[in-house]
Amino acid sequence: MGNEYRIALAGNPNTGKSTLFNALTGLRQHTGNWAGKTVSMAQGSVPFKDKVFQLVDLPGTYSLFSNSKDEEVARNFIVFEKPDVTLVVLDATSLERNLNLALQVLEMTKNVVICINLIDEAEKQGIKINEKLLMNRLGVPVIKISARNKIGFPLLLDTIDRIITGAIECHPAQMKYSDEIEEQIRKIEPKVREMVGDRISSRWVSLRLLDGDEALLNELNKRFVPEGVR
Amino acid sequence: MDEPKLVKLVNGEKGNIIKITSINLDGVMRRRLLDLGFVAGALVEVVRKSPLGDPIAFRVSQTTIALRKEESAKIEGELVSSGK
Repeated sequence: MGNEYRIALAGNPNTGKSTLFNALTGLRQHTGNWAGKTVSMAQGSVPFKDKVFQLVDLPGTYSLFSNSKDEEVARNFIVFEKPDVTLVVLDATSLERNLNLALQVLEMTKNVVICINLIDEAEKQGIKINEKLLMNRLGVPVIKISARNKIGFPLLLDTIDRIITGAIECHPAQMKYSDEIEEQIRKIEPKVREMVGDRISSRWVSLRLLDGDEALLNELNKRFVPEGVR
Repeated sequence: MDEPKLVKLVNGEKGNIIKITSINLDGVMRRRLLDLGFVAGALVEVVRKSPLGDPIAFRVSQTTIALRKEESAKIEGELVSSGK
């Protein structure tokens, strides 16, 4: 169907990611299984204006460096299944810890919305969050929500809609590394781009290869190298 | 001015606050510790020690995480405050 779009939900464990998922999808959800994976992710649909958003609830992780099966599943979904928009759900009461994952996602994919959840709880604790400043620094929309009390949902859905239609363009902030690492990236990125094209971020793949990420190398082989050449 | 005192996390005493300077671990364990907040420059508080001194619970970026001595012996930092 032409008006269905896939939206992935990523976030640390216990950030209210599933609460958001349930609140948005209501009872319109089922468990989906992805090719070659036994880990299942809940999937549900949210009608909005003339569109249907297919939400996919990824496993909650602190990181996406495939230290574990959960992380690998979440990462492969974001990188290879290419959702139209990836929501990163952060806990407003511990942003420092949560931004680690957000920065990783910004390196991997372009269309990202940062949801700062538990905003009512944070305000109770006297935490003030300047979402405009975060938006400028991160280069993608940042929206304060409370999944539990359904605060901020209209703005969130409208922002997703506007990214899909192209009314909002995301320019995710990219981490700058040391000169030595940047030099190596410059060396291998053109070759990586020859291999993966525009399908996935060549800068991100280069970084992972420099870090010696064999799980990713195997995944690339499986997905991009034709049978018989391997 | 006093030179900052370098200590390994494993030798920290309850209440100590240590600013991490180096993590001498590789591979997946290093990655995992970085993800959990044990990064250079981070402030870590020694929350409590087990009766035999292993494992030790640390407070790092708003969460308590326990490490075995195999790991905490390889993380070093400056003693910022003894907690007294």
